[in-house]
Amino acid sequence: MTFPASPELVQEATEQDRPRHRGYARYALGKAGGALGSLGFLLVLNFFLFRVLPGDPARTLGRGRFSTQEQLDDFNQAYGLDEPLAQQFLTYLGNTLTGDLGISLRYRVPVSELILDRIGPTLLLVGTSTLLAALIGIWLGTRSAWRRGGVFDRVSTGTSLTLYSMPEWWLGLMLIATLAVGLGPLPGLFPTGGLHSVDADPWSVGGVLDTIRHLTLPVTTLTLAYLADYALVMRSSLLDEMGSDYLTTARAKGLRDAAVRNRHAVPNALLPTTTVIALNFGFVVTGAITVETVFSIPGLGLLATEALEIPDYWVLQGTFLVAAAAVILANLLANLAYGLLDPRVRT
Amino acid sequence: MSTGTAGAPTARTLARRRRREGWARGWREFRQNRSGMVGLVVLTLIVLVALAAPLVADADGLSVTRAEGGVLEPPSSSYLLGTDDNGRSVLTLLIWGARISLLVGLVATLISMVIGTVVGLLSGYFGGWPGAVLFRVTEWFLVIPFLPLAIVLASVLGRSLLNIVIVIGVTSWAGTALLIRSQTLSIKERAYLERSRALGAGHLHLLRRHVLPNVAPMVFANTTLTVAIAILTETTLSFLGLGDPTRVSWGSMLQEAFRVGAITTGSWWFIVPPGVCVVLVVLSFTLVGQALESVLNPRLRERS
Repeated sequence: MTFPASPELVQEATEQDRPRHRGYARYALGKAGGALGSLGFLLVLNFFLFRVLPGDPARTLGRGRFSTQEQLDDFNQAYGLDEPLAQQFLTYLGNTLTGDLGISLRYRVPVSELILDRIGPTLLLVGTSTLLAALIGIWLGTRSAWRRGGVFDRVSTGTSLTLYSMPEWWLGLMLIATLAVGLGPLPGLFPTGGLHSVDADPWSVGGVLDTIRHLTLPVTTLTLAYLADYALVMRSSLLDEMGSDYLTTARAKGLRDAAVRNRHAVPNALLPTTTVIALNFGFVVTGAITVETVFSIPGLGLLATEALEIPDYWVLQGTFLVAAAAVILANLLANLAYGLLDPRVRT
Repeated sequence: MSTGTAGAPTARTLARRRRREGWARGWREFRQNRSGMVGLVVLTLIVLVALAAPLVADADGLSVTRAEGGVLEPPSSSYLLGTDDNGRSVLTLLIWGARISLLVGLVATLISMVIGTVVGLLSGYFGGWPGAVLFRVTEWFLVIPFLPLAIVLASVLGRSLLNIVIVIGVTSWAGTALLIRSQTLSIKERAYLERSRALGAGHLHLLRRHVLPNVAPMVFANTTLTVAIAILTETTLSFLGLGDPTRVSWGSMLQEAFRVGAITTGSWWFIVPPGVCVVLVVLSFTLVGQALESVLNPRLRERS
């Protein structure tokens, strides 16, 4: 920060004028800088993961595909692997920043195109599930904490812990086995996988309903998997608030129990929960990868796990980059929102 | 107190005794925690079965070529949990799989704990740029999504037991490091550390003798919680086909079951038991970890 002629005066004046905005601007800049640093680290990590790890990259990437030295040389040249490392890094940086993520070994099309094609279903699946999980989880956590030790609390906390201990894709498999394949006399109610039926037009009314029917089980799986965390965190942060004096004051004013809870305790308890929701985006990505695989939903997660079989390194690298960048950005947004909601963190 | 022939207790024996009494008190409090005790009992049972695997289930039962059962046979008196697609007993696979799942979980946690504790201690203890740099690195590892990174690492390194342990270890330490860092920051300012420093203690002595023993209980509680996550991760990575193809774990059983379509054929005995085992073990570790946390952190105790 640079100040003109008399720094103290100017600083004092601005602090008096808009102390909150100044504090927020500095906070936001700091957070944005941190996110930028993380993105930089991600770019470097992504480069070195594939190039400096043990073994010759061409052999690792080709996995025995090359029988002669010439083929190997061709491959090295085609991907610029014969250049010095520094040169390779600059090329990689330039390419990545202009959206060139390489060509898929399997589909023979640019990876960026593949990713753009597949990102829609993932966003739909993850977005819906996160929203539902946050709403239900916060509601469960609030009710549990407010009547701590009651029947509702014990059932809800026990269920949350069990869901938290479960691989989300296994939960998905169980739902497929019971609700899609059918169990004994029970007929299958939902499709076992896919985003829509083969013959459905996704943009007609019937097509939308068809997509909803296809997404019901995957969204249920992810919602159940995510909500456990939200419920547990909301519960413990509300319990932290419950001994506070301001709640006693609110009660002493004669406010009803529900008003004390909803207008005084919950807003404060929501703050730490927001942080956890932000930190959770990495976990959200994990869920998307495995659940898309189990339900064969053509999103980024399925793209990545299919690339594993080949292995299609450029696709793996591209999806990793996009997933990690998305998590970093989502974190930044959550931090910025948090700073607006709670001025205390802007230190 | 000490009436033995050794004379007056030295500072060291006093400190040792106090520490021992602290652990004993902790154990008494832990026993009061019902869910923690349930978790501990379940864990003990499963670990015993895993250790006794050669006694209760013949290792020959793991061989695909020497399998005697039919393909995906439902449970019967000779195969209590049915058979897999190769005709092996699911129960035998389950018992031997417990060894790999637990082993991977424990060793990966060990790696993660060592990295997390060292980075956390150093970044909390040393102010200035070394601490700041370590803190930044921790933050980076915290935001990079865990599974995509693990997938990339596992696919580059190749599929072996050691690699999967390394992958889980190096991708899961950041949370621990943050926790240890904040603990270290609060311990660093205490008076007895200053006194020790005034007496001429070096960094190594302070870290080993004063800071580490104080964060050790937290590390311990965090370890059990990390084992839970490591086992879950092993299961997921194996399910995606990144595990050691030569060894049976609960995750690889589930992968095999999914691959041969055990769901659509209704072979529930191949899909349900490994998943239930994972949930039981992970839940037990989580319960024990939470109980330990509440014993060590009295502020949490009134919550549960």
